[in-house]
Amino acid sequence: MSIEEYKDVWVFIEQREGEIFDVGLELLGAGRELADKLEVNLCGVLLGNNVKNSAEGLYAYGADIVYVIDDPVLENYRTETYMKAVGDLVRKYKPEIFIYGATSNGKDLASAVATEVMTGLTADTTMLDINLEKRLFEASRPAFGGNIMATILCKKHRPQMATVRPKVMKKPEADFSRTGKIIEEDLGLKEEDLQTKIIDIVKSAKKSVNLEESDIIVTAGKGIKDEKGMAMVKELADTLNADLGASRDVVEAGLIGHAHQVGQTGVTVTPKLYIVIGVSGAVQHTVGMQNSDVIIAINNDPEAAIFNVAHYGIVADAFEIVPKLTAELKKALDKEGVTTNG
Amino acid sequence: MNILVSIKQVPDTKVIKVNPKTNTLDRSSAPAILNPYDAHAVQEAVRLKQKHGGKVIVLSMGPPQAANAIRKCVEIGADEGYLISDKKFAGADTLATSYALYKAIEKLEKEQGIDLVLCGKHAIDGDTGQVGPGIARRMGMPPLTNVINVESVDTDNKLIRVHRKIEEGHEVIESPLPCLLTVEKTINEVDYAPLPNMLRAARYEPYVWSVDDLEDVDIKQLGLKGSPTIVGTMWPPEKSSGAEMIEGSTDEQVSRLLEVMSDTQELLAVKGGDGA
Ligand SMILES: Cc1cc2nc3c(=O)[nH]c(=O)nc-3n(C[C@H](O)[C@H](O)[C@H](O)COP(=O)(O)OP(=O)(O)OC[C@H]3O[C@@H](n4cnc5c(N)ncnc54)[C@H](O)[C@@H]3O)c2cc1C
Ligand SMILES: Cc1cc2nc3c(=O)[nH]c(=O)nc-3n(C[C@H](O)[C@H](O)[C@H](O)COP(=O)(O)OP(=O)(O)OC[C@H]3O[C@@H](n4cnc5c(N)ncnc54)[C@H](O)[C@@H]3O)c2cc1C
Repeated sequence: MSIEEYKDVWVFIEQREGEIFDVGLELLGAGRELADKLEVNLCGVLLGNNVKNSAEGLYAYGADIVYVIDDPVLENYRTETYMKAVGDLVRKYKPEIFIYGATSNGKDLASAVATEVMTGLTADTTMLDINLEKRLFEASRPAFGGNIMATILCKKHRPQMATVRPKVMKKPEADFSRTGKIIEEDLGLKEEDLQTKIIDIVKSAKKSVNLEESDIIVTAGKGIKDEKGMAMVKELADTLNADLGASRDVVEAGLIGHAHQVGQTGVTVTPKLYIVIGVSGAVQHTVGMQNSDVIIAINNDPEAAIFNVAHYGIVADAFEIVPKLTAELKKALDKEGVTTNG
Repeated sequence: MNILVSIKQVPDTKVIKVNPKTNTLDRSSAPAILNPYDAHAVQEAVRLKQKHGGKVIVLSMGPPQAANAIRKCVEIGADEGYLISDKKFAGADTLATSYALYKAIEKLEKEQGIDLVLCGKHAIDGDTGQVGPGIARRMGMPPLTNVINVESVDTDNKLIRVHRKIEEGHEVIESPLPCLLTVEKTINEVDYAPLPNMLRAARYEPYVWSVDDLEDVDIKQLGLKGSPTIVGTMWPPEKSSGAEMIEGSTDEQVSRLLEVMSDTQELLAVKGGDGA
């Protein structure tokens, strides 16, 4: 295998029922930067049933080419069909770099494809770059429970592949003047030949809170101590029309549900404003919030690690400053009289 | 029904420390444990065995000490343990790991027949979740990842029905046996080990295989040599820039905070508007 034959940056575009997952668009943004550095095309890979119409929409997010396989057998994700489809495309068109969203299905697919085409795959990356001198893809990821970051290289095999965590890369602004082209391929599999059958898809009731979509999050840490502290933080959140976040310790203390947990074993969030109160700043927490636009930390310990990731820090007793802040905000936002304890 | 569970010994990442001078992990700082997800995989295998008969075989690749992780599986109820251990396996990435494990499973399959392979969703150290699907691809088995429930096993028709967790809920999927599942922790609760299991585990010695005990192995696909990825630089994850500290009395701090937040005024106004 000659690795020079491999060019272009590919992004797997995950969809369900024709609706494209945001992570695919985020990766087009990240992929555009990689492709520009390498001076190659950025290509999307879109598989599904009746998805062809969605392909053109990807140009606006940076794609130059979209590879499409439209086939009823691809209606829902299954490893055996998607692995075949992607494997065939890779062998035929030879991408240099191929990135996938680190969703359940994205990880499943990427792992199977890596084995299928015998190449390296870096898992759950949060930073992507190119070493131009060596023309190498540098994919970095947290490992050992977030205790360390590592850059993983794949020197002698192509494509260089990685899965990328959702919400880590920014979704680019759409530019509807961009154009591109579609390349369609056939799958060549029939339903009768397949081993696995999807019997049903059960959607869980919509989560009470979806922090991944929030613009403002106010997060409570163990420093808020108990229900009273929680109520105090909630009042601030309500005043700002913000959603409530929490550290794991607060969730484990039973003060709020797990859907609110931010961090490695909770959700990864990127709000415009993240106010974090009484959180020490353990790496398992900060991996989930460090890409927020503005981070304000309140903690009574000047040495707290949270100040390393915050943009603004306040050393203060939360029980003193938070009620004052809430009161002043109410005045500023002219929201006095609005019930906030709902 | 013979069930093979692939298990890994890992450092307990809750207590592991990073050496600030070398930016490497001080593995001696952390005790080695059975990967927590794999404990659930073994428990599920034991549960299925109790229902459908057969035996539970565990397999691990690692240094000789990994025998301790296998003993832990015997406590949970595994019948037999195999450890593949050889310098030639060292430095393996997920592709080389799945190759070595596949070669061992192939041999066990030939010797005693395997109807189902279970893996954890991921290992808490390397944390890639790539080994399970890799083994499945090599065995030509359908991989069913992120399984939260084994709904039914039909041993006559060799079919299994499981629930796979996906972003919006779960899907119910049916597959012929043999196949491979990777399991989430929520699939079950790991029971306390009954005393006879504990006694048996304490004395248990797993079968240990070197590369030479496996058949038709392509040495080039093993260990560091067989690994397309390499770990380059490592560093502790922190942003060193630090915060701009807002000093002064509480009142001063609050008013400066309001200023800072007024940079996001537009946002506050919009949110406040539609929320009120
Ligand atoms: C595998 C693994 C996964 C994990 N996943 C997550 C995760 O997803 N999310 C997560 O958050 N954690 C996670 N953790 C836990 C994490 O390591 C920390 O233990 C946790 O984040 C600490 O929560 P905390 O900051 O609220 O509590 P603490 O560490 O107890 O910090 C409390 C802080 O409040 C401050 N404080 C006390 N009183 C006041 C006061 N009156 N006013 C102001 N400040 C005050 C203290 O100075 C201290 O800094 C995980 C751990 C492991 C091992
Ligand atoms: C910092 C760091 C980063 C790394 N990043 C990558 C990377 O991005 N890509 C890559 O290919 N490799 C990577 N590796 C190498 C990888 O950790 C090893 O290949 C490891 O042997 C298997 O990967 P895992 O721990 O991620 O297992 P996972 O794939 O997360 O494990 C899933 C399941 O597979 C089974 N399993 C895994 N290992 C074994 C074993 N030894 N014996 C028996 N069963 C097992 C278990 O059932 C386990 O629950 C990295 C290593 C380090 C130190």
